[in-house]
Amino acid sequence: MLTVRNLHVYYGAIHALKGVSLQVEEGEIVTLIGANGAGKTTTLHTLSGLLKPREGEILFQGQNIAGMAAQKIVALGLSQVPEGRRVFANMTVLENLELGAFLRKDAAGIKEDMEKVFVRFPRLQERIKQLAGTLSGGEQQMLAMGRALMSRPKLLLLDEPSMGLAPLLVKEIFSIIKEINAAGTTILLIEQNAHMALSIAQKAYVMETGKIVLSGPANELAQSEEVQKAYLGG
Amino acid sequence: MKKMFFSLPNLLMALLLLAFYGLTYAGLEQGWIDDYYKLNLFLICINIILAVSLNVINGMTGQFSIGHAGFMAIGAYGSAVMTMKLGFPFGAALIVGAVGAALAGLIVGIPTLRLKGDYLAIATLGFGEIIRVIILNIEYVGGAAGLNGIAQYTNWHWIFFLTVATVLVIKNFMTSTHGRACIAIRENEIAAETMGVDITRYKVIAFTIGAFFAGLAGALHAHYFYTIQPTTFGFMKSFDILVFVVLGGLGSLTGSILSAIGLTVLSAFLQDYAELRMVIYSLLLIIVMLVRPQGLMGTAEFSYRGVAKLYDRLSGKGRGPGNDTAVG
Repeated sequence: MLTVRNLHVYYGAIHALKGVSLQVEEGEIVTLIGANGAGKTTTLHTLSGLLKPREGEILFQGQNIAGMAAQKIVALGLSQVPEGRRVFANMTVLENLELGAFLRKDAAGIKEDMEKVFVRFPRLQERIKQLAGTLSGGEQQMLAMGRALMSRPKLLLLDEPSMGLAPLLVKEIFSIIKEINAAGTTILLIEQNAHMALSIAQKAYVMETGKIVLSGPANELAQSEEVQKAYLGG
Repeated sequence: MKKMFFSLPNLLMALLLLAFYGLTYAGLEQGWIDDYYKLNLFLICINIILAVSLNVINGMTGQFSIGHAGFMAIGAYGSAVMTMKLGFPFGAALIVGAVGAALAGLIVGIPTLRLKGDYLAIATLGFGEIIRVIILNIEYVGGAAGLNGIAQYTNWHWIFFLTVATVLVIKNFMTSTHGRACIAIRENEIAAETMGVDITRYKVIAFTIGAFFAGLAGALHAHYFYTIQPTTFGFMKSFDILVFVVLGGLGSLTGSILSAIGLTVLSAFLQDYAELRMVIYSLLLIIVMLVRPQGLMGTAEFSYRGVAKLYDRLSGKGRGPGNDTAVG
């Protein structure tokens, strides 16, 4: 579904991604783990068109989307839940969700997806008229995920959904990610919480200073000595 | 929430506006309203157009522009040349002034709107000054002396209906999908982009719409005051407009309108105390910014529901559920 080959991204003179390659198959949960500053978010921003790569290929369903405008990529079915949630604080929950469907014109489909979001996140329905900025961190994460789902993505990119959340909430969010995946959405998950990420993913990539340094089935990586040492506190 | 255009409150509002229009017209014709009040009334209308149009850029879309007087200048000079030098009717001159300003907005907007925050502010400030200096150096439009003897075509009909039209168009833009996209950019640019909002495009659209109506205000201004000079449209003018928007609340049209009215009236009152005027004006601004940094209205708008709630509260029928910011 998604094939990334030899991706190079620069911030001015800084070489942030040094030849990243990865592969996501349809129906999978794939996770990209690594320390702060490894280039995880940069990778994700390049996939969703917020950054342009200097070199490399991003094939999404066979089409090269490297350097394409963000709104075209969203229209193709690749949607991002940004780091730190980034909900529209002065808009209501409903308005946030409506903006998620910004590029869609099918009113019936939008309504259907809105109902699906409310089934998945009943808390959002309870707070439908509340301003997003007044929600708790966990609720904002749910809203950010619901908002991304409103574009009916084929591939959902999640950037650190566990950031700043209490352990119990992290568990809840991760079980919802699994549900979303089970309902047919492929997921690329970026996490610092390697333990949680490896527990739900089928495949994992480990990033360090702009490069993929390890990859393999998630359960194997979770056992590997290197990962244990560096990311799992073992 | 879908609302009918011809709903009862809308009709009532239209009736109120028409009554105001008719009464004022009668007053002007009969001489109940003297020239001093007329001047301030017209200034209020022009300032409302300016404030509301800048609000599209600074308030709705969150792009800090401080060169609004530049667009006003283009509208003023463009339209004055049309009527004075080329003999076109006023209506056509208004369109040329507004469209000319909109084109300038488009041309300036495409490169500068890639800039953010302070950088954009500086770029727009520079643009305003460039326009002023260019006009200053064109002999055809009078250079530093400006254009004199522009026919006074701006009358109550033109100014009233164009002010109402401006507010209606911008209000509808704000509540449309496109307006929502602009607000999303203000709220969070990255999130808006990941939702598929073409942020550069919408910033340019907002800038162009704001410039269009600033040009319109400039044209009305030129054809009311007989004379225009490059200094009329300097940085201080841009700053005045900015103050309307910030004081009223960035993002609130109601706030822009209220503060345009309030500040125009205030500066009329303070005209007699010229030396104190700027002091009082500045003090007022400082106080408002300290007490209500989000501006008088924040991002709230006038709504019929808000009025009903306010009425209920004042008449002691108990409080509506929360959200008192919606009160208009």
